[in-house]
Amino acid sequence: MKRVYPDKEYCIGCHLCELACITAHSASKDLIIAYRDERAASGLSPCKRVFEKGDTCVAISCRHCDEPSCVAACISGGLHKDPETGRTVYDRDKCVGCWSCLMACPYGAIRRHPIENKIVKCDLCEGRAEGPACVQACPNAALKYEER
Amino acid sequence: MLFQPVNKNYHEFCIDRDPDLCISCKVCVRQCSYQAHFFDEARQKVVHDNTKCIGCHRCEALCPTAALNIRNKPSDFRTNKLWRPVFLQNIYKQADTGGVLLAGMGSPVDIPVYWDRMLLDASQVTNPSIDPLREPMELKTFLGAKPRKISVENDKNGKPSLKTKLSPQIELEVPIMFAAMSFGAINFNLHQAMARAATETGVVYNTGEGGLHKSLYKYGRNTIVQVASGRFGVHLDYLKAGVGIEIKVGQGAKPGIGGHLPGEKINDKVSETRMVPIGSDAISPAPHHDIYSIEDLLQLIFALKEASEYKVPVAVKIAAVHNVAAIASGIVRAGADIVTIDGMRGGTGAAPAMIRDNVGIPIELALAQVDQRLRDEGIRNQASIVAAGGIRCSADVVKAIALGADAVYIGTATLIAVGCTICGRCYTGKCPWGIATNDPKLSKRQNPDIAAKKLTNLIHAWGHEIEEMLGGMGLNSIESLRGNRDKLRGVGLSDTELDILGIKHAGR
Amino acid sequence: MKYVIIGNGIASIGAIEGIRKVDAASEILVIGAEDSPAYGRPLISYLLAGKIGPDRLALRPAEFYEKSNVTLKLGTTVTAIDTEAKTVTTDAGETIGYENLLIATGGIPFTPPIPGADGPDVYNFTNLAHAQTLISKAREIKRAVVIGGGLIGLKAGESLFDRGVEVTILELSPRILSLAFDENAASLAGGRLAEVGLAVRCGVSAKEIQRDSAGNLKGVHLTDGDFLQTDVVVIAIGVVPNYGLAKESGLEVDRGIKVDDHMRASAPGVFAAGDVAQARDLLYGDDRVIPIWTNAYNQGFCAGKNMAGADVRFLGSLAMNSISFYGLPTISVGMVNPPEDDASYEVTAVLDEKKKSYRKLVFQDDHLVGYVLVGDIDMAGMYTAFVKFQMPIPEEARRQLVAGEPDVLMWPDDFFQETWNPGTPE
Repeated sequence: MKRVYPDKEYCIGCHLCELACITAHSASKDLIIAYRDERAASGLSPCKRVFEKGDTCVAISCRHCDEPSCVAACISGGLHKDPETGRTVYDRDKCVGCWSCLMACPYGAIRRHPIENKIVKCDLCEGRAEGPACVQACPNAALKYEER
Repeated sequence: MLFQPVNKNYHEFCIDRDPDLCISCKVCVRQCSYQAHFFDEARQKVVHDNTKCIGCHRCEALCPTAALNIRNKPSDFRTNKLWRPVFLQNIYKQADTGGVLLAGMGSPVDIPVYWDRMLLDASQVTNPSIDPLREPMELKTFLGAKPRKISVENDKNGKPSLKTKLSPQIELEVPIMFAAMSFGAINFNLHQAMARAATETGVVYNTGEGGLHKSLYKYGRNTIVQVASGRFGVHLDYLKAGVGIEIKVGQGAKPGIGGHLPGEKINDKVSETRMVPIGSDAISPAPHHDIYSIEDLLQLIFALKEASEYKVPVAVKIAAVHNVAAIASGIVRAGADIVTIDGMRGGTGAAPAMIRDNVGIPIELALAQVDQRLRDEGIRNQASIVAAGGIRCSADVVKAIALGADAVYIGTATLIAVGCTICGRCYTGKCPWGIATNDPKLSKRQNPDIAAKKLTNLIHAWGHEIEEMLGGMGLNSIESLRGNRDKLRGVGLSDTELDILGIKHAGR
Repeated sequence: MKYVIIGNGIASIGAIEGIRKVDAASEILVIGAEDSPAYGRPLISYLLAGKIGPDRLALRPAEFYEKSNVTLKLGTTVTAIDTEAKTVTTDAGETIGYENLLIATGGIPFTPPIPGADGPDVYNFTNLAHAQTLISKAREIKRAVVIGGGLIGLKAGESLFDRGVEVTILELSPRILSLAFDENAASLAGGRLAEVGLAVRCGVSAKEIQRDSAGNLKGVHLTDGDFLQTDVVVIAIGVVPNYGLAKESGLEVDRGIKVDDHMRASAPGVFAAGDVAQARDLLYGDDRVIPIWTNAYNQGFCAGKNMAGADVRFLGSLAMNSISFYGLPTISVGMVNPPEDDASYEVTAVLDEKKKSYRKLVFQDDHLVGYVLVGDIDMAGMYTAFVKFQMPIPEEARRQLVAGEPDVLMWPDDFFQETWNPGTPE
């Protein structure tokens, strides 16, 4: 399956991937509205996390592991592996906010929703014709969406 | 500005931030290596300090909401044709610092650009034009000494073969090369990108005087290695690594001046490649201390030929100065296979502003004179001519070739292709575009995958355009254009200028 | 039948998904004692608290079993396993042959002998039926006593409290959550419960359950001499492996069903996984019963793959708990209470009582072997990485971890590359 692969050699730490992510997952699909209003009002937050250490940085998000720890840890059935697409699918309605997945995922790819008792996790921008927004927005090709 | 020297308010640029669009996402803050943008905790929003802006436009380019516009500061001094603002500002600066004014990139001063005063011909009715998409079009170029004549012999079956022994040649698919920009002045990522793009497009790039990193030896077939006055990174394997060796005597942006790569730019990779200690300044002397005459130059040329076993042509690069034609003649007679002439608008990582803006002559005039002189002396075949310094587009390439160049170097255009906005602060090592910097945080902004692709695109695009222009002139080979000044006409030029360029005025 | 699974919990789901990774077609039979398809057992506290409805209990979408070609035999208990003949017999008298059998019967509530415990209104809280009983009971009662201050007890208490019941939780040891957490974390959690209005009493337990002559529950006599009036008692002391069936069938049993590193029990073709199995522990290296949700899935998954013919070693269980008390999240992973007399452990702890935030890291040599987070839990997974992958932690990285700033860039370069950006040249 195609996954998003971050390249720390060329990640420039601009955080544009985060902005793209929240835009793609916003109601308005408009960066300005999403960033200014939806973040505050509905807790819209990115699935990506940019780490910086010295000169190096990297933007990570869910790896959609073949055998994900989060699915093993999920008590609600809110996370499961789609056998057809291979994606680790999150069903928001089922999530009870127990944070088991957040604890179990050793990649730190799951975050708490700032307002609701739900998690925030990459869905590879499912349904988005151009593919994952973060990859499209990266100005330095430090995120690649491909089969490996 | 409070707590600043008074002339700080005479800053060069203004950052316009549209409050309706700015979302304080801090992308600009993270991109600006001059701290012109910052997040103001008190105001809880991103603000800026205009005095720090160097006009590189990096923030503007990456702003996700297009909220930024960088413009020249509109407030001006009282209009004065003599004391233009730049002179005032320079004096203020020097009165503060007591230092030499440094500059980066090519000269921005208003001297005639002869490319713009020359126009190309096209076929009408007779000698019909050629559509390069339908018919073959040859841009292939060979650089190196050509025999005065060739002789052919036939074997016993009558099959002919070349009897003349040819000198080594550099083969170019398109008569454009990436100019010498040293590893150190620009970073490894771009060196790799140039190497890859040259390989992809069948041209060559020039290492500049910083040596060749060991990981780039594999691109040797598309590399010219340079030997300059500092002799940085020069050793036997290096001399044998490429398809040509260039002795750099002078540089168009700073004729008569050496080079100075500040210690801050010498990281581990640069140090290893240049063979100088990490953090120490790398100083290239103004002259080669072993060249004080044409005879000395001859010795060096042949030393390099010996070292490289006569397998590659040796080029000599000089700045376009007043006696350029005579100097070029001497260079050819000293045994150089290629003469590179670098005009005064050529770029640089760092040069004293006074030198850059006041020394040397435009490439167009120098090129025409060198070509003419070598022809007049009957030695034009002994060396190829490469023109450099301010080639901006494919039409400039075509005009240069019509003036007598075999090929051109593009340096500034190469950098622009990967993002450079000619802000001219290369010497600070803080290039926000990740070009003229070895700061790992900045240099990674040049992903070689992207840069190589852009450079490849540029060569391809210019190649297509050159074919179009050649076809329009009814030519199907770049060879037919070389030194073909009949294809050029001048506009708005004096008789002297036309005479030097060796072209007729438009209408004639 | 190619695959028979006894038990319909999370280990069973893991096994089905494990089998299907290797064998896409062969039929699977799941025999479950409870009546519903696999549900999230920890969700029963959410159900009891009224936070979710019964419609949200299912662990997998409705079509899961059909798509996975699984036959469900629910409400059915296996009464015997014949490991020679390779058959199981159900309480309906049916005998079913198997090629590969997984015993995933989980745990059963541990109920200590308390006088008066036999009779109405004394409950456990480990399955859906218990939750449903307590939901209907909650409407008519005022007071409840929960015996046990561990995870199940506290969640039972919290959920009943949410139903409007006055709750007292009794914990025999000096503090709640003595297994999974340390004193600081327990005190933050206990404080949060007390703040909301639950009574938590430590160092006491139930001595006797008082009933009237008709047998109706009246109250609980405590070990300290107190008497608590109550309408129901919930015994939530813990669970023990449900290995009776396995033992009777002649399988080797210690504290749980003994399994090897492929989750194989002592008879050919028989596997065990989940709360009933005694399997390798990642940190200690020995075999233990670690009744943790994630382990149950992982063990089931590993067993399932091996049942289908793969050769996969079980990497080991890792104790981990994530539980929130009225919005105060707590997480504990790995070794959190190292033996005090063992000098090889080094503990760092940062407690901010005002912010209700706590971070405790347990190092052994240059490895992180466990941690506790309360309040600020967002970086939990990053800590888990260091425990789980057993990465060596140099001094500088340790400082960063202690400061609460773990990140992926601290990983060894090769491992980072392999994990995040594999298959790239140079």
